[in-house]
Amino acid sequence: MTLVEARDLARDYRFGADDVHALRGVTFDIEEGDYVAIVGPSGCGKSTLLNLLGAIDRPTRGSVTIRGQAVGEMRDREATLFRLRNIGFVFQRFYLMPTLTARENVELPMAEAGLKSAERAARARELLAYVGLSHRERHRPTELSGGEQQRVAIARSLANRPAILLADEPTGELDAKTGAEIIELFGQLNRDGTTIIVVTHDEELAGAARRKIHMRDGRIVDE
Amino acid sequence: MVVQLAWASLRRHATRTLLAILGVAVAAAMLLDMVMMSTGLRESFRELLMSRGFQLRIAPRGTLPFDTDATITGVSGIVATLRMNPDIVTISPVLGSTIHVPIGDRTFTSATLGADPAIQGDYELLSGRDPIARDEIAVNDDFIRATGVRIGDSMRVATGYDPQLRTYSDSRTMVITGRVRFLYGAANQLATAMNLPTVQEMARLPDNASLFMIKVRDDVDVEEARAWIEAEVPRVSALSIATALEQVDQRLSYFRQLAFILGTVSLFVGFLLVTTLITVSVNERVGEITVMRALGVSKLHIVQQIVLEGVVITLSGAIAGLGLGLVTARYLNSILASFPGLPVAIDFFLFQPKAAWMSLGLLSLSGIAAGIYPAFRAASLPIATTLREEAIA
Repeated sequence: MTLVEARDLARDYRFGADDVHALRGVTFDIEEGDYVAIVGPSGCGKSTLLNLLGAIDRPTRGSVTIRGQAVGEMRDREATLFRLRNIGFVFQRFYLMPTLTARENVELPMAEAGLKSAERAARARELLAYVGLSHRERHRPTELSGGEQQRVAIARSLANRPAILLADEPTGELDAKTGAEIIELFGQLNRDGTTIIVVTHDEELAGAARRKIHMRDGRIVDE
Repeated sequence: MVVQLAWASLRRHATRTLLAILGVAVAAAMLLDMVMMSTGLRESFRELLMSRGFQLRIAPRGTLPFDTDATITGVSGIVATLRMNPDIVTISPVLGSTIHVPIGDRTFTSATLGADPAIQGDYELLSGRDPIARDEIAVNDDFIRATGVRIGDSMRVATGYDPQLRTYSDSRTMVITGRVRFLYGAANQLATAMNLPTVQEMARLPDNASLFMIKVRDDVDVEEARAWIEAEVPRVSALSIATALEQVDQRLSYFRQLAFILGTVSLFVGFLLVTTLITVSVNERVGEITVMRALGVSKLHIVQQIVLEGVVITLSGAIAGLGLGLVTARYLNSILASFPGLPVAIDFFLFQPKAAWMSLGLLSLSGIAAGIYPAFRAASLPIATTLREEAIA
């Protein structure tokens, strides 16, 4: 079943007097349960594409449809709610809230979604156990290693049972061994039914995906 | 979670938060003092005027009570005229003068008031009894401190000093019958009280008074009674509490203006302090805030969190400032109590719950306003662009 439909997707930016064409008409479909790696050189438009898929940016032209909803046409409030319920984000720099514990970080999207305190605490524990961090739930990000922080970020991204998990260079800040653990965790997640789209330079991470989209100069050049 | 995040954010830089609260407390104390001063002085004066229930004062035409040495002649005639009005229930003529009391090798000069002790509204008896006979006198604590006299002592009391002949027009021995506190007395002022006929006799003003204090029935319109008096006795000015307060307002307008300006400055300083702190704090957390937006946290919740931080700082500062303001006001009041020409019973800084709530309310509003702009700005940042810039940074 098709989960994501991108049609003639383009995104231009204006830098001073110049127009930068970050995406120049990209079309593809992603099926439910898929594991897609978007690869290509820096500046080829990978992250821009991920932002459009995650409803944190709007296309200059074309359309993105996720679960039948036209993401690119949503107003800010609609897009915020859509992200909360349908998208899980994993960032290169983890971006955990430094003042919250690991469990509270995982609870954050659930609190926003209106889950009751006991319910979200139970789910956060379950997710931390899933990523192998049950023993670290009361630690703050500064007390965790990079790999542990990324695991908490992955647990957080799964909090509201999103339709799709978007990861931007999730192993970019990690050493090879920790990166490999995260790649393994992504594989596990996908085997358990999570649809994953990952933007990466990491050959190993890209190799773990079922499907690769190669980009260059804002276009898909190979699949 | 909004409350939790706001609290965590404030605790993250505890020293900075504490300093900001202290800054707001100082501004709040200043604001409270200024509000207390702008409303308190007038209210205190009103309470003083009303303290003995006299709603009207009669002074020589065009003057205020004891503003000049002018007196009203024909006291008995005026009393007879005033008694014709059934609305007037009490008439207390008062004559002010100066007495000289030689004790040892010093002569003490003191103000004296002559009034009927049974109905007067100028002093309260602290101990002993009222001066009733023509050789009796009551004195205040400043007089006792300066001269060393006690109740029951006798002393020579003279009036009408002629500086050229160095003689007095009247001198007699008087017995101190009581210790009194003058309601309108200034700080460190030596003051005494006698029966009205005694002062009239000693001052050689047998049918004069400096002012009349008048009580009218409670169900009567005081302004109507005032107008009636001025119509019946054209050579006097009748002052109600309201007209007296108008005069006070005019004379003390500088205080109110000063209080208003300093109060506004305090409020503005508090506002700027909180805005600066919140702006700095938000700028430090742009990445976090943008990530929260990316995760699906609504703009409203971001704004609520940041505004809450401002409100917590402002309210904590305001509560601390309330205590600080009261302590400061008490200290300043003790300094200003010796302000020349003003009764010592006047409070420059009168605490009124309404004034405190007003200060707290104004500060809370400024706290909310202080947080809104940085909060809204942070919540409205473009997510994708900000994340990219954060990653580059």
